[in-house]
Amino acid sequence: MKISFNINGSAQTVDVDEKTPLLWVVRDLLDLKGTKFGCGKAACGACTLHVDGESVRSCSFPVKYAAGKDITTIEGLSSGDALHAVQQAWKEEIVPQCGYCQPGFMMATAAMLDKIPNPTDEDIDNNIVNICRCGTYYRMRKAIHRAAEIKNTNS
Amino acid sequence: MMKKSNFKFFLLPLFIVVCSIVMTMAFEIEEVPETEMTSNSLSENAAPANEPFDKMMAVLTHKRCVNCHPAGDRPHQGEDSHVHNFGVQRGEDNHGVAALRCESCHQQENNNYSGVPGAPEWSVAPLSMAWEGLTRVEIAQSMMDPAKNGGRNLAEIVKHLTEHELVLWAWEPGVDAEGNPRELPPVPKDEYIKAVKDWAAAGAVIPAE
Repeated sequence: MKISFNINGSAQTVDVDEKTPLLWVVRDLLDLKGTKFGCGKAACGACTLHVDGESVRSCSFPVKYAAGKDITTIEGLSSGDALHAVQQAWKEEIVPQCGYCQPGFMMATAAMLDKIPNPTDEDIDNNIVNICRCGTYYRMRKAIHRAAEIKNTNS
Repeated sequence: MMKKSNFKFFLLPLFIVVCSIVMTMAFEIEEVPETEMTSNSLSENAAPANEPFDKMMAVLTHKRCVNCHPAGDRPHQGEDSHVHNFGVQRGEDNHGVAALRCESCHQQENNNYSGVPGAPEWSVAPLSMAWEGLTRVEIAQSMMDPAKNGGRNLAEIVKHLTEHELVLWAWEPGVDAEGNPRELPPVPKDEYIKAVKDWAAAGAVIPAE
């Protein structure tokens, strides 16, 4: 089945089984490897990307639901060389350890900041529930607050 | 007076007969599975006057329904009705919080690859429709109360109970993350739909219990 959508600002059409997880399409067909496979059952959040601005676990998202939508992956979060506030904060706070889960956290954070510009610790606890086996949660919390500062300053 | 040898002669056969009866009864009970007993009790043994109500409420009190009719802000999940993993909350619109929406994981149909269930309008029932912890009579009373049921009249309640895709998902709940089929409600879908309509047609009487 041919399915068309925009991804990171570019129009794409793929010809796949409509139930193929969007994650498979993004990684294996479009060669965008930044979005990670973690658990495969929408539990860990490593595969988080945006569909029409909403954070989605792409391992559990059949590609047919992406038809006509705007998809953003970690590769499309920045504007050219200008890092997104979340990316900038992640650098400043030296958040990643192994780094595998970080794209999912960053995409979830970016989606949250679009709706909650100044998140409290409680907002972070309620909205960012991805899993990091390295336990970088403390640094991520600092980075999320810092990202909010950067984003609000820039805007 | 009976001689001692005659007494033994009488007791032994009696003992054997009694044991046989007891063992036969025990095996007969063991051979009937629990689910079959439940099914029989719903379809055959219930008092005819309450049978539609019994069938309807056997479904509405099942975990496939009550898991998403929580008394608080946290939905439940699974066959053991544990609190939904990941700190999931109902949010202001019953579809989750800002960046952790129901739709972040649940789509419009079951995903049997990931084991994530899905159906149109997947959401938590409004808090006014909380069923967790209520008796079946209290659930029925709540369901019929326009102040709690979203202002629905009887016809609208019947339509919701018998036609809404999210309600009927209970009979097509898919598989869990391990690939195991989820438990179905204890009454077949067509029997449930008929029971709801029969109950409503007979005046939607809620028995006193």
